[in-house]
Amino acid sequence: MKGPPSRRSLILGAAAAAGSALLSGCDRLGNAEWFRRTLKTGEDANMFVQRLLLTEAKLAPEYAESDISPWFKPNGTEDPPDRTYKALAKRKFADYRLEVGGLVETPLNLSLAELRKLPVRAQITRHDCVEGWSCIGKWTGVPLSELLNRARLKPEARFIVFHCADTMDQGQDAGGEEAEDGGEPAGNANPSMTKQSGAGESKRDAGGQQAFEDSAAEGGSPVRFYESIDLVDAFHPQTILAYDMNGQALPVSNGAPLRLRLERNLGYKQAKYVMRIEVVESFAHIGQGNGGYWEDQGYAWYAGI
Amino acid sequence: MFRHPVIIRITHWINAICLLVLLMSGLQIFNAHPALYWGKVSTFDTPLMAMSSTEDDPPKGMTTVLGRNFDTTGWLGSSAGSDGEAVDRGFPAWATLPSDQDLTGGRSWHFFFAWTFVLNGLAYLIYGLVSGQLRFRVIPSRDQIRQFGASIREHLTLRFPQGDEAKRYNVIQKLAYLVVLLVLLPVQVLAGLAMSPAMNAAFPFLLTLFDGRQSARTVHFVLAALLVLFVIVHVVLVLLSGFWNNMRGMLTGWFVIERRVEPLPSQGSTGKTA
Repeated sequence: MKGPPSRRSLILGAAAAAGSALLSGCDRLGNAEWFRRTLKTGEDANMFVQRLLLTEAKLAPEYAESDISPWFKPNGTEDPPDRTYKALAKRKFADYRLEVGGLVETPLNLSLAELRKLPVRAQITRHDCVEGWSCIGKWTGVPLSELLNRARLKPEARFIVFHCADTMDQGQDAGGEEAEDGGEPAGNANPSMTKQSGAGESKRDAGGQQAFEDSAAEGGSPVRFYESIDLVDAFHPQTILAYDMNGQALPVSNGAPLRLRLERNLGYKQAKYVMRIEVVESFAHIGQGNGGYWEDQGYAWYAGI
Repeated sequence: MFRHPVIIRITHWINAICLLVLLMSGLQIFNAHPALYWGKVSTFDTPLMAMSSTEDDPPKGMTTVLGRNFDTTGWLGSSAGSDGEAVDRGFPAWATLPSDQDLTGGRSWHFFFAWTFVLNGLAYLIYGLVSGQLRFRVIPSRDQIRQFGASIREHLTLRFPQGDEAKRYNVIQKLAYLVVLLVLLPVQVLAGLAMSPAMNAAFPFLLTLFDGRQSARTVHFVLAALLVLFVIVHVVLVLLSGFWNNMRGMLTGWFVIERRVEPLPSQGSTGKTA
């Protein structure tokens, strides 16, 4: 291709240049705050319309035993690095207590054995990751509504927040602390969700300050996983806190000892390693105020699509 | 002649923008898990198609289709990122929106433009039905169906109708638009909705229709590829059948019909005049 460029190569070159200018223009637009907010109206519309379509009676499809995936892909945190959690896991969660507090009349504090004595619901459902893959598993646990009815919500209660055991980002000073435990910051466990850059410093621990004073919490400000749902989802019959998966005690990689199953929603809402349930009027003061760990990374709070 | 009413021109260009953004943001979303499956769930060991990169230095991009491996370095599986370094990703940076790996950004773009696309498409369809334009544009008339064979021959030799016959779309054009407008695009929307766990609860038939969520994802991908093919053919034919005239038609509405000088008794194959 020596000599003067042909007309065709000129046109192709111009098209490629225009294309890359367009793309970088779109990238710049996508970084502008006003445009980001505009784009987000699409996700607001998703929630608005899906909430209109979904009455409480609409159940996520349930499947047969034969549909259960031979391997249920763990994602996000697969082995929480936190010492307190490791100590609990070592004793097979015999010392585990689930706290239910916040805007409730009667705070609860339940062991796994006590949770297992409450009404049970088992369901075989499909888990859809925001990345695109799906697995089917059988979940056994206590309906969240059973717990909330026992704790009795105060009238101003609007959201249920799940505080989890797994540290996602290390605080500035806590870096060395976890290394001896052999744990990596669990946020890195998921390479396709690497939108975690730099946000770590400004976050404060919303999770277990009161409940879990482990060494990491003393050293800096690690960000623990948390999620929030509203009362529509909280009282849905398929919303359970599962302690069994496929008829066995929940494995650590899938969220032992207790995880949220929020059918009709994507996987990132379905908090694993649930330690404390807090009933709140607003989640603005928790984490970065977006209602969950992934929401603080830019994901939509409503995850029905 | 006045060919394209203003609503058709506006919806056409909004649609063009939407399809481009939906394609590129869709590839961004696909890149979060660059593999396709059939059925309810992901069969991770036996994908229909998957893109990955090898452990080599520099890494090679591999694409597996139905169990066969293809080296797609630089294009699929491994390609240059925005800084020029090779990165592990399904589709390359120049094909995705945003260009860097950014699932949440891709989803924001995709949903906003999906809504725009659907509302714009509904506006087009309602206008098309009420005005009769849709029928005129995409339903072949009786004489066109009778001349189907001749029309195909004409098309294959890239001879485009002139005169009165150029005032309406030919039978292949009509059928192509019919399939795209009333089959591909609506099914594409349904396949997208079938991937939503909330929509599955609201409308379980969506899963039956596509044989499961992972099949719906695969159908969504394949239909996107077919739409790309359609757009390529569409643009090529716009170029070949008189680019400026076509552009004038879709921008201003006015389209020039060339009159054939008839009869031409001495029209020879050499093109020399007598």
